[in-house]
Amino acid sequence: MSATPTPTRDLLMFVVFAAAVLTMPMWLAPIGAGYPDLLQKFAIYGLFATGFNLLFGLTGYLSFGHAAFLGVGSYTAVWTFKLLGMNPIPAAIMAIAASGIFAVAIGFVSLRRSGIYFSILTLAFAQMSYNLAYSVLTPITNGETGLRVLRSDPRLFDAAGQGDGPLVSTLFGIEMSGYPGFYFCAVLLIIGFFIAQRIFRSPFGTMLRAVKSNQNRMNYTGLNPRPYTLAAFVISGMYAGLAGALLCITDPLAGAERMQWTASGEVVLMTILGGMGTLLGPILGAGLIKYFENIFSAFNEQTLHRIFGFLPDFLETPVVAITSLFVGEGWQLTLGVLFMLIVIFLPGGIMEGFSRIGRMFRRSSGAKGSHQTAPAE
Amino acid sequence: MDVFLLQLLNGLDKGGAYALIALGLTLIFGTLGVVNFAHGALFMLGAFCAVSFNKLITLQKIIIDPTKTTAWGTPLEVRTPYAEAMFGDFGQWLVNYSVPVSIVLAIPVMLIIGFVMERGLIKHFYNRPHADQILVTFGLAIVLQEVIKTLFGANPIPQSAPDAVRGAADIGAMLGFQAGAIVYPWWRMVYLLFSAAIIAGVFAFLQFTTFGMVVRAGMADRETVGLLGINIERRFTIVFAIAAVVAGLAGVMYTPILPPDYHIGMEFLVLSFVVVVVGGMGSLPGAVAAGFLLGILQSFASMNEVKDVLPGIDQIIIYLVAVVILLVRPRGLMGRRGVMEN
Repeated sequence: MSATPTPTRDLLMFVVFAAAVLTMPMWLAPIGAGYPDLLQKFAIYGLFATGFNLLFGLTGYLSFGHAAFLGVGSYTAVWTFKLLGMNPIPAAIMAIAASGIFAVAIGFVSLRRSGIYFSILTLAFAQMSYNLAYSVLTPITNGETGLRVLRSDPRLFDAAGQGDGPLVSTLFGIEMSGYPGFYFCAVLLIIGFFIAQRIFRSPFGTMLRAVKSNQNRMNYTGLNPRPYTLAAFVISGMYAGLAGALLCITDPLAGAERMQWTASGEVVLMTILGGMGTLLGPILGAGLIKYFENIFSAFNEQTLHRIFGFLPDFLETPVVAITSLFVGEGWQLTLGVLFMLIVIFLPGGIMEGFSRIGRMFRRSSGAKGSHQTAPAE
Repeated sequence: MDVFLLQLLNGLDKGGAYALIALGLTLIFGTLGVVNFAHGALFMLGAFCAVSFNKLITLQKIIIDPTKTTAWGTPLEVRTPYAEAMFGDFGQWLVNYSVPVSIVLAIPVMLIIGFVMERGLIKHFYNRPHADQILVTFGLAIVLQEVIKTLFGANPIPQSAPDAVRGAADIGAMLGFQAGAIVYPWWRMVYLLFSAAIIAGVFAFLQFTTFGMVVRAGMADRETVGLLGINIERRFTIVFAIAAVVAGLAGVMYTPILPPDYHIGMEFLVLSFVVVVVGGMGSLPGAVAAGFLLGILQSFASMNEVKDVLPGIDQIIIYLVAVVILLVRPRGLMGRRGVMEN
């Protein structure tokens, strides 16, 4: 984000982004990511991370319990399927509403504190929801088995029990699995991105940045930061709820493990990896992590032997032995290492890496050309 | 009354584990100002010190004895652990007491791990925001966890307590209640005493040694101590190593109670953080008191009588207490005024 944002630039960015998302099946195919299940994950977690970034990236409040909203969204979506029918649109709307209400309640309490206390409060709430979903709330959440749509459910609007096809969500006759499912998620991701972009550029977004940079000064100016942070918290909770609903729209099953705190950690990771406070970063981070998860965890020793086949034998065996620790079952090790490296060396994430490279190029070309000194940032 | 006492005892050993981990967390936070999300991983590493010690001394030598045959007519395989073959009775004793004896292994190992961690990673994060510290130690925790998973597998590995303290004590009979009313496993009692001893040791160390005095001074006002010409960073490294040892020992001794697997640390970490916050950030007595308090509360909440009134309360009681404390008294039960209060 070195260039100053102007409306034209923003529009260009949005158009390029939308085009890139919609053509993902094509340009991701060569690296083995061109199948719909994975593409859906890219879009859904991109949305989740975008929402998380609206809170963490702009206000600096690190929520460690965002997965709770994902879970609430999922459960609401499945219940909407069960009661109203398999159309994804009411499910998505209900999920956004439910997670929004949930976020108002949690945010109202948690935002009374900041810093690490806020992190722990959100973590506490998320763990509470997770534990309850597993134990007492079993009538609503179906506990460990997970909540799914059954044939005996009422489903008021789509003539329940009559069809005997697979129970997938259908949007006016189009089944929301495979590529149609992906395009549905992609369109919502693009809408979500557009809203995030507008928030970033709005006075509201500036207020949120003010909360991050200096709350005291903001107080002295006569502004109360709490309504702004609460609004950001609720919006980002709604994004998470929508993402949770989309997970169920593409695969109608909701389980409590979605709310576990490791899931909250994952979205933090995505945002950091891509670059917090940037528009594209979190989506990039989400894509990379889901890519690692799906592709790397499918690697096994044979694949590695094929990849390193060009090495002489005495080298090949140890290389395969070492790399096999990082793929397959051990992909989380890769994730952990990557995560540490990013936090240590590149706190701004991948986007900062890009802008550093960009600056390097600009400087060298500037030195060759008109001998202008680069303006101080 | 006896039910009450039983729940109290049940809460105490879990509380002991919470208190030990929270003590280490508070030491690190109070001295270094670092929020260490990898502390649960240290607990786990300690537990796996016990596991590897046990594996090491039960390595078996297989001798085929041609003079005897099994019921199937094949030569009898005699399996003797190397430790037994080499040291005889002492070896047998060693196998039996592997969990407590592995403390001897765990102390140097945890010291080294703590030292390397602080010098290699944490040192560079003193002046970074808390969010960065949380994130980098979280990453480290994932890495440590995965390494243990590759080395030991994903399944819990049960460890047994020494024969002498296996089984349960009928405390009820001793105190004059009905026999069998209060039955409490011996090992949990050992754990309780052990954690009390460690806590007392740490406090004595901080209270009665010159080193401890410097550390306490550093916790109160780091800059002034530095201005007096004391190399405070050096001391803090040692404090970190001590905190690692405390967490590790808590892990070692907990193995007979809960078979360790690679994510045991994460489960304890979340709760210990809550404990630290309830006790008050940077307050050592607070951490200990809150550890025992929450352990006991949790055990009371899991009584059937309580669960009938408030279903599910046992699952959320700790978090609920934390939320209430943070909202009503943000500096925690025994926190100092002005430390991390907003």
